[in-house]
Amino acid sequence: MNPSSLTPLTIRVILPYHLRNLAHVGPEVALQVVEPVTIRRVLDAIETAYPMLRGTIREYETGQRRPFLRFFACAEDWSLESVDKSLPSAVSEGKEPLLIIGAIAGG
Amino acid sequence: MKGSPIDPNRIYASQTSGWFGQLLQCSNDGGNTWEQPGVKPDEAPLSWPPAKSNRFLYDLSPETGKPLTTHQWYDGTQHPWEFKRVWHLEPLLSDAETVYTGVEDAALFRSTDGGKNWHELAGLRGHGTGPAWQPGAGGMCLHTIILDTANPDRIYIAISAAGAFRTDDGGLTWKPINKGLVSNMIPDPTAEVGHCVHHIAMNPSRPGVLFMQKHWDVMRSDDAGDNWHEISGNLPTDFGFVIDVNAHEPETLYVVPIKSDSEHFPLEGKLRVYRSKTGGNEWEPLTKGLPQQDCYVNVLRDAMAVDSLDQCGVYFGTTGGQVYCSSDAGDNWQPIVHDLPAVLSVEVQTLA
Repeated sequence: MNPSSLTPLTIRVILPYHLRNLAHVGPEVALQVVEPVTIRRVLDAIETAYPMLRGTIREYETGQRRPFLRFFACAEDWSLESVDKSLPSAVSEGKEPLLIIGAIAGG
Repeated sequence: MKGSPIDPNRIYASQTSGWFGQLLQCSNDGGNTWEQPGVKPDEAPLSWPPAKSNRFLYDLSPETGKPLTTHQWYDGTQHPWEFKRVWHLEPLLSDAETVYTGVEDAALFRSTDGGKNWHELAGLRGHGTGPAWQPGAGGMCLHTIILDTANPDRIYIAISAAGAFRTDDGGLTWKPINKGLVSNMIPDPTAEVGHCVHHIAMNPSRPGVLFMQKHWDVMRSDDAGDNWHEISGNLPTDFGFVIDVNAHEPETLYVVPIKSDSEHFPLEGKLRVYRSKTGGNEWEPLTKGLPQQDCYVNVLRDAMAVDSLDQCGVYFGTTGGQVYCSSDAGDNWQPIVHDLPAVLSVEVQTLA
């Protein structure tokens, strides 16, 4: 394996409002993720850094994304993609954030 | 929401949303600040893996659990058990770290570490009648937990729409306690389970005497739920959600009659608490300070509380966002706040 691939990359993630409050963070957080940068690895990093968010984005048992949350990257909807698919290089290079967005439900 | 009986600074609260699921919040300073137990923001978690205060996993283990059966759906078919939310929190009388929760789909959980981790008391869900339980209009929720003040191994719970249940061995085994309940909306009105119990109250000084607001009917048991009899008496309607007992007069009861199961507001738009000083059957309306026209609110099952001051204070909240208080056992009322969202839970503490 290329040693450089073990060097964590800094990934930007934008969290929904209520999760920012739970974690006491601002709108955007920076996380260290080793390549390949996938949604699963980003969520693992979020839950390690902010354990109060465990169970709020994906289910404990199944790892399923909660139904009212969606993932966007580079203006594309990644909600239904495999969580093991590599995110766009703009995300892994830190140029673009991964967006975790709550569905507009309730008005 | 519920405060610890022995530590008023310790308050537990449940939050649920479709977006982020179940959250459990705890305050250690009387409600000034809140955190999810064991994972305080800006601090390293107390353990790794971190506490899972929002994880309610039905216990299916061979040692302590029960197979996850199905329960009755609205249309009579069988439906799998699915965790949805926490309805009620009940801290132990003698230990602020131990707390019970009633959840939907109906099950009882316990934490012994201040809400950091939860374990199901699976003997309730699995005791045998589970497949006959069915959800009420609000879901199949375990909404009432009463800890017996004389016998630490005795707990009463109630489920909509399964009925009331009791354990005498600390939660290991359970039995339905619905004898005497009559529910005309179910195929067998006197069935062992299937009754839509809305709430149960007990005066802590007189364990074993229980008062119940059922879907329809106000009921009483003098033998720890083994037998119930109706005490609706002269109530103008005996549908309702809340029921409570005066802190000092164990025969003084409070209910808020609601017009019907179809129309969830007070009769004639008059918000009236009814009080019985005779343990039921004879009821008087309490109206002073309460709106007596054009009032179309409901009072939900956990939204009434009493304090322990000399003249028992009585408090209740409405779906219209008012909280009313009577400092003289119900004779006179005044709103203490009136523009909240719908009030789901009212908790009162007497602070020195």
